[in-house]
Amino acid sequence: MVAWQIEKDRIMIETTFTPWASLGGGILIGLAATLLMLVHGRIMGATGILAGLVMPAGRRDFAWRAALVAGMVCGPLVYLALTRAMPAVQVTVPLPLLLLSGLIVGVGASYGGGCPSGHGVCGIARLSPRSIIATLTFMATALSTVYLVRHVIGA
Amino acid sequence: MQLLTAWAIGLIFGLGILISGMANPAKVLNFFDVAGTWDPSLAFVMGGALVTTFIGYRLVFRRALPVLDRKFHLPAARAIDARLVGGSALFGIGWGISGFCPGGALPALGTGAPEVFAFVAALIAGMILARFLQTPRSGQPKPA
Repeated sequence: MVAWQIEKDRIMIETTFTPWASLGGGILIGLAATLLMLVHGRIMGATGILAGLVMPAGRRDFAWRAALVAGMVCGPLVYLALTRAMPAVQVTVPLPLLLLSGLIVGVGASYGGGCPSGHGVCGIARLSPRSIIATLTFMATALSTVYLVRHVIGA
Repeated sequence: MQLLTAWAIGLIFGLGILISGMANPAKVLNFFDVAGTWDPSLAFVMGGALVTTFIGYRLVFRRALPVLDRKFHLPAARAIDARLVGGSALFGIGWGISGFCPGGALPALGTGAPEVFAFVAALIAGMILARFLQTPRSGQPKPA
């Protein structure tokens, strides 16, 4: 009982409600999506960008993707310079589950043709029926999975 | 020039992800945990990103062409099929296990946290696996 209690405390970390930071961050995400379409004519979808980086179609196509991802990876350093603190990345699952999650996310996003940035933001902004269906689907299964893991299996 | 603009746009995206909390898996999971430690912050991320992109795209698409490319690369797929729904359903299960999605994890790589590298390695393996499984059937829609 006690052992499980400790485990549950690790899984269910409370996080602070941050409406303003989240809204501001969301606006920056939207700004980046708009700029990528304006300048490069591309959808800001992390899955598609990464897929083209890992399995490149050509040198020119590879280069802008690599630069874009390099910019993303510089985010934490700039964040640190601006706020004097590293952004929080709190992982609550053990390594095997983390790897399983990555594998499932990779396969699912490839078959589904996108993830929250590609379908949820860019696709819905284009009023794409595919993206609306995809977003409703993955939000529903994510909600169910969290409920199952935290309140049914871990009840 | 193309590389510089892409880098800067990636940085803006990364900062948005980090400031919003999307790079923090605990926060993402709490958004979905309505029955437990609920944190509704991510609704504000989605709202802010969606409204901004919705307006931004309408302004951008008044142009005939992007600034540094010869055309807008928009997804051609239209079909709402088992592949789209099944893939997305699977995606949500994976997302719900760890709280990491591709757009959240890539900027988080810059924190140097080993868990993020583990997730991204598995993510890439999953993408390659999917490509491998899909190759015999040609003409598949590419992810946006």
